[in-house]
This record gives sequence, C-alpha cells and structure tokens, in this order.
Amino acid sequence: MMAIQDELRNVAPEKLVVDGVSKWFRMRRVSVHALDNVSLHIREGEFVCLVGPSGCGKSTLLNIIAGLEKPDRGQVMADGKPVTGPGRERMMMFQESALFPWLNVMDNVLFGLKLKPNLTRHERVEVARYYLKLVGLSKFVHANVHELSGGMKQRVALARCLAPNPRVLLMDEPFGALDAITREQLYGDIQEIWKQRRKTIVFVTHNVREAVCLGDRVVLFSPHPGRIQEKFEIGLPRPRDINSVDLAKYSTEITRALKRHLKPGLMEVAE
Amino acid sequence: MRRLLVVILFFVLLLGAWEWIVRMKIWSPVLVPSPVSVYHYIVGAIQDGTLIRATWVTMRRLLIGYALGLVFGLPLGLLTARFKFCEDTLGVIALGFQTLPSVCWVPLALLWFGQTEAAMLFVVIMGTLWSVIIATDNGVRTVPPIYARAARTMGSKRLHTWVKVIVPASLPFIVSGMKQGWAFAWRSLMAAEIYVTILTGFGLGSLLNYGRELQAMDQVIGIMLVIIVIGLLADKILFSPWERFLYRRWGTEKS
Repeated sequence: MMAIQDELRNVAPEKLVVDGVSKWFRMRRVSVHALDNVSLHIREGEFVCLVGPSGCGKSTLLNIIAGLEKPDRGQVMADGKPVTGPGRERMMMFQESALFPWLNVMDNVLFGLKLKPNLTRHERVEVARYYLKLVGLSKFVHANVHELSGGMKQRVALARCLAPNPRVLLMDEPFGALDAITREQLYGDIQEIWKQRRKTIVFVTHNVREAVCLGDRVVLFSPHPGRIQEKFEIGLPRPRDINSVDLAKYSTEITRALKRHLKPGLMEVAE
Repeated sequence: MRRLLVVILFFVLLLGAWEWIVRMKIWSPVLVPSPVSVYHYIVGAIQDGTLIRATWVTMRRLLIGYALGLVFGLPLGLLTARFKFCEDTLGVIALGFQTLPSVCWVPLALLWFGQTEAAMLFVVIMGTLWSVIIATDNGVRTVPPIYARAARTMGSKRLHTWVKVIVPASLPFIVSGMKQGWAFAWRSLMAAEIYVTILTGFGLGSLLNYGRELQAMDQVIGIMLVIIVIGLLADKILFSPWERFLYRRWGTEKS
C-alpha cells in the first residue's frame, strides 16, 4: 500500500531538489545567517534564475548545489542522490573567468576532459575543438588567456564547463563583469546552447532583466537571512530579446516585488 | 641596430680610457694593469687549463648545491603553505635563516665538515634553500582560491589539484624565489672560496685570492670579469626560458 502511495506521489525524479537548506557563516564575532530553510525543485532541462540583492545567499546556494560547500541543515539531491561533494555532472562557471593563466585556451578546455576517463587524447582534442567552435572561438585555440578580452574569456570558461558534457550548469553571475554589448551577445549564445545541448541551468544574477531574458523561472531571494520570497514563471517565447517590451513588463513586476520585500535602507539593487 | 652600435661604442671608449690612464702612469701598473695584460692573463689561463678547471670546480659546487636546495626547498615550501603545523615550525625557521647572510654559514660549515667539498655544498644549499621555501610558500598563498574551486568542480582531487593547479599557479613567485636563491648561492660560494682553501679543487674564488697573494692584479681583474660573465650567462640560460614562459602565458613584464 505504501509502495503504491509512493508511486503515485513521485511522478518523475527531479533533476535537482533543494530540501530545507540552511547555512550560517560563523566569523570571529558575528554569525551570518546566509540561508534559512530554502527549498527548490528544478526540473530536467529547466533554466532557473536566482535573483536578489547582495547578501541574500543566492551564490551560497549555488555553491551548495555544486558541492563546494556543505549546508548546515537540509540537503541537496541531484538525480535523487544526495550531493556530497563537487562532481563533473554539475559544472560551475564563475563571475571571473577562473581560467588558468599557465595554460593556453585549448589546454584550459582540455583540463576537465583529461579528468574524464575512457577518452583517447585524440577524442579529447576533438571535443575541445567542438565546444570552442560552439562558443565562436575556433581561431583562438592556441591563444594565451591574457590575450583575450573579458567576453572571450567567459566564452572559453563556458566551453570549459560544457566540454565534459555535464547535465547541469551552475552559473554565478557569469556576465557580471562584462560590458552591455558583449553581455547581449552572450544572452543569445547561452540560450542557443541551452536549447541545443538540453542542459539544466541554474543562473545567479542580481540583474532582473537578465534573469527574465534567460530563465523559464525566476526565483526571488530576500536577504538577512536568505529566503525565497517569490517564484515567477516567465512565459515568453524564445529566443528572447532583452530590449523587448514584453520582457520589460515582467522585469518591472519582479523589480516591484523585490523592492516590496526589501527593508528600507537596503535599496542597493541594480535594475 | 643603433642601440647595439651605441653599446659597442661605449665599451670601446671605456677600454680606451682605461688603456690611456694606464699609459699616463698615474698609478703603478701593479695596482692598475692595462686591459691588454688582463686579456693576456685570461687567454693564458684558458690555454694552460687553470681557468677551465677552476670554472668547472666552481660550477659543479654551485649547480649541485643549487639543485639540492631546490629539491628540498620546493616541497618544504608547499608543506609550510599547506599545513599550519609546518608553517609554525619550519616556516619560522625559514624566515629567520633567510635574513641571515648566507656567508655566515661558512664558519659553521668548516667546523662541521672540515675543508671539504661537503662544506662548500652546505653553504650553497643554505643560500638557496630558505629563499626557495619562502617564495614557494608565498606563491601558494597568493593563488586565487577560485582556481582550486574551478578545478574541483571539474573533478580534480587533492594531489591532482596541487600538482596541476596550485604549483603552476604559483610559478611566478617560485621563479623569482629561484632567482633570489641563485643569487644568494652564487655570492656565498664566492665568499667561501675566497675565505677557505679546499684541497679537492680550486675554484674561481681561490684563483681570485691567489691573485691577491701574488699581487697579480691582471689575474684579479681577469677572474672578476669571468665571474661577471658566468653570472650573466646563468641568468640567460637558467632563468630566461622561465621568464619568457611567464611573459607569454601571464603577460607579465619581462624583468
């Protein structure tokens, strides 16, 4: 009887389940309550954006999903199994490119591939070339990291994340340090790649428009302690243009909600 | 091309001025030998083999001692950066000994090892070791933590992260530590060779000292020139490749 109940309840296992996660950062004098009982279910192939002002714990949550940090309470399940540490199936992209300066572009992309077993040298190079082409950097295979612009660095970082073929991409404000034009190009690219390669993406940003442009769902966080305030389904067709009027309607609504949840004096949020 | 001409002209003028001052006989030729006699000494010493042998003896001491200093210094530097316990013990010792001019090891080395090759090696190792430990330690501590995090998400584990990420990321520091270690080792070895006679081999420092004892100023200046040339060559051969690599990859300035 119990088994049938379970069968009826668990329709399909979700890709990522964040279940009652709490996290404190203890420093010498103060203890910061970064996340308070956060729960979130993310479907296979979904593009979820986490939005909120700084200090709302959205990056911490991403680190916990990646397995780089451990929650104090609750747990994260990936494909029904609890996350105990970082793993290839959940690849993380950072605000700074985190590319290795002692390696050239090709070797940077090969870094993760070399850690993947059962591939020949030739196959690894093939895969790396494929992804560098996908991000439009075929001509820069042998370039050094310091020779690339900020946008190109993030493209290489994206190729490096994609190359080991993870099912989940975790992106921590990956376009935060780029100029507006480069960013808009990358919005197009990331949507294209997401569609083509069928990834599950969790994307952290403090830019509401960016979140609406990219996400199937936008999850709004509020700070002190970090909590989920509201979730918004974005029903716009793709590919989306960040300057469209429909998109602006959504972002106005979410920005309004954001301000509502902010305590006075904490209005440091970008539009 | 113009710059090269300027350099050549400068040195020709310098040598000319030197020769001219000697011909003026302002000072005794015993104290200020002519460039020609210095040249004759160098050629003669190369032909009869003394200079070659002395250079070989000195370089062997230096290279073996330096290599040993690196072999011990690099891992120890990694240990002090990784483990608090090593930092509080070995790290403190390294910091203290690094401030000690490495010539100060010579008396101790002589008492411990006598007038032997081991004493010379010991002095060179002490000159190299501490600065390599400290540079490696420093380098590892300044590696941005994001590199290790990125590597871990790609499936890199402890030892792999150290070998493939932390060590290469600290290369700029390690190379400058190696340069400093080289400079210390070279200086302390020269001091030791001038200071003590080791019967198993006469190095450049010994030749320099004999020059003084024989009042052969052409020998003194000749050996000094050879020592300068070796220093320049070592820089070119040992460190230029590393610096070119760092420059190409990191885009750092060539020093």
